[in-house]
Amino acid sequence: MIGSWFQLKFHTRFQVSEYIEHDEHGPSVGIVKKRFLHLDGLTLDNGQNLASATIAYEMYGRLNSRKNNVVLICHALTGDCHVAGYYSREDSKPGWWEFMVGPGKGIDTDRYCVICSNVLGSCMGSSGPASINHRTKTPYGLKFPLITIGDMVSAQKVLLDHLGVQKILAVVGGSVGGMQVLEWSIRFPDRVATAIPIATTPRHSALAIAFNEVGRQAIMADPNWNQGDYYSKKPPDLGLAVARMIGHITYLSDESMRLKFGRRLQAKSDFSYNFEADFQVESYLHYQGKKFVERFDANSFLYITKAADYYDLGREHGAGSIVDAFAKSRARYLLISFTSDWLYPTYQSREMIKAMKKSGLEVSFCEIEAGWGHDAFLLPNEKLTSMIAGFLNNAFSEIDSH
Amino acid sequence: MPFLKSTPTDLRFDLQLISSWVESESTVLGLGCGEGELLHHLKISKNARCTGIEIDESKVSKCVEKGLTVIQGDISEEMEDYADKTFDYVILSQTLQQIYDPAVIIRSMLRIGHKGIVSFPNFSHWVNRFQLLLTGKAPVSSQLPYQWHNTPNIRVITIKDFRKYAREVGFHILQEVAINTDNNDKSGRRIRFLTNLRATYGIFLIGG
Repeated sequence: MIGSWFQLKFHTRFQVSEYIEHDEHGPSVGIVKKRFLHLDGLTLDNGQNLASATIAYEMYGRLNSRKNNVVLICHALTGDCHVAGYYSREDSKPGWWEFMVGPGKGIDTDRYCVICSNVLGSCMGSSGPASINHRTKTPYGLKFPLITIGDMVSAQKVLLDHLGVQKILAVVGGSVGGMQVLEWSIRFPDRVATAIPIATTPRHSALAIAFNEVGRQAIMADPNWNQGDYYSKKPPDLGLAVARMIGHITYLSDESMRLKFGRRLQAKSDFSYNFEADFQVESYLHYQGKKFVERFDANSFLYITKAADYYDLGREHGAGSIVDAFAKSRARYLLISFTSDWLYPTYQSREMIKAMKKSGLEVSFCEIEAGWGHDAFLLPNEKLTSMIAGFLNNAFSEIDSH
Repeated sequence: MPFLKSTPTDLRFDLQLISSWVESESTVLGLGCGEGELLHHLKISKNARCTGIEIDESKVSKCVEKGLTVIQGDISEEMEDYADKTFDYVILSQTLQQIYDPAVIIRSMLRIGHKGIVSFPNFSHWVNRFQLLLTGKAPVSSQLPYQWHNTPNIRVITIKDFRKYAREVGFHILQEVAINTDNNDKSGRRIRFLTNLRATYGIFLIGG
């Protein structure tokens, strides 16, 4: 319903002028294209070589002549490189950060060249378990190597090398995207001027690992999963849908669920007393699960959640100490957390701030008051937008004057 | 200090004075920096490398919008993580009167900074004294605009008391200035005689 209303509005605007592209959040980057970089091979952290890898990416705004205006966006667990804009005039759904990225927006595409690539292991264009293994000519399935957050970042670096970008003005991302931001700043300190990790953590807590594991178990318990070999058969949709439902609970908060659903019933006035979805929250989760299986691969969910669970910044770069890990960074940071985020609560950001201060790094931090839980960074928020805009503006004017 | 008479900027008079003590290119930590008026001024006019600590989320976001480096948090907790002598100056502007344990804060300031700058409203200004004497009510002034029941200020400090406190806690007053402000504190003048009676604010440069 909302979709069709929006489509109508979108089309009407286009009829006025095909050059003025607006949506409810303001001007849009307009029609965008997913691009692909094909590589002969990519060396992974575990020493393995991923033969004939593909990196899907999108790029908005103009790369300036000094190539110093690049804002690299890292997407979250099940996101993709479609950050903003539309694929066609008929496309009713903009990219996932449409409110943040576009002409005159928080990440202003009139000034910055925005690049986002799909993470390795995903199923949205970059190589992942659903990709064809060139040796066997069949999908990898579980033969796909286990990838790390570091591998995702290394693949992004290959892309930037290909585009001729030496130094990134800012690397920005939320959640698992935020982990990539942290990893970028420490793995390639010479390449990152500033970093904006949002609603993220230097390592998963037991709580975060627990939820991921329940999701993985739901997939693997689905008989259709078949040890990851299901690409020519019925996929494990039920398991993946349950995994998504669990994920969704962790992205919300007690407060947001109370406000959004409460104990309201879905299209009925009394309980069914027969295990149907009576409550709105049940029906919402079912819907989210169903929608998700249409666009996401179950094996990719396993691979990316595992990469996130294994990620440990201190272990990787500081022999167990995040202070030593951050000592390798030379970036200036803007950390943002949200009050109602119980997946990566604020204390995890504070731990990073302590380490950054001890390492002599410049860091800004704000815990935004928001009731929407972990997902808050994906929802329009004036403070989030204006802080990112101000931080980028300051970073760009300093870099550009040198 | 000829600029003290005219006030070309919008910066509050007491902050202009603090700014005049900060050397160019120095590193500054502003405690309870609010929306970052002073830090922004120091960044632009002194090319200082500034960091702020502020507890209020909205004020922090205003600072970041301006391009300032600010951490949201409690000043005493946030000071703990900095290495000794990280900053040239640590500034506590008009916040001392709200602090539970001032000695801890001042010691921390002088641990992480080479010098500290502390300013506070002078409670012994004659207007306050007369209000209490003549009306028998707790003083309310433009510097201390609160009633006893809604004030965030938990301490009453006078210039004289602060000097005594410095001797007791064991830090040095390197420089001090007393000022009288008007026009919502935008402009003012320096007070040289009978400061404890006539000044609305005291500003101190301190060292360990």
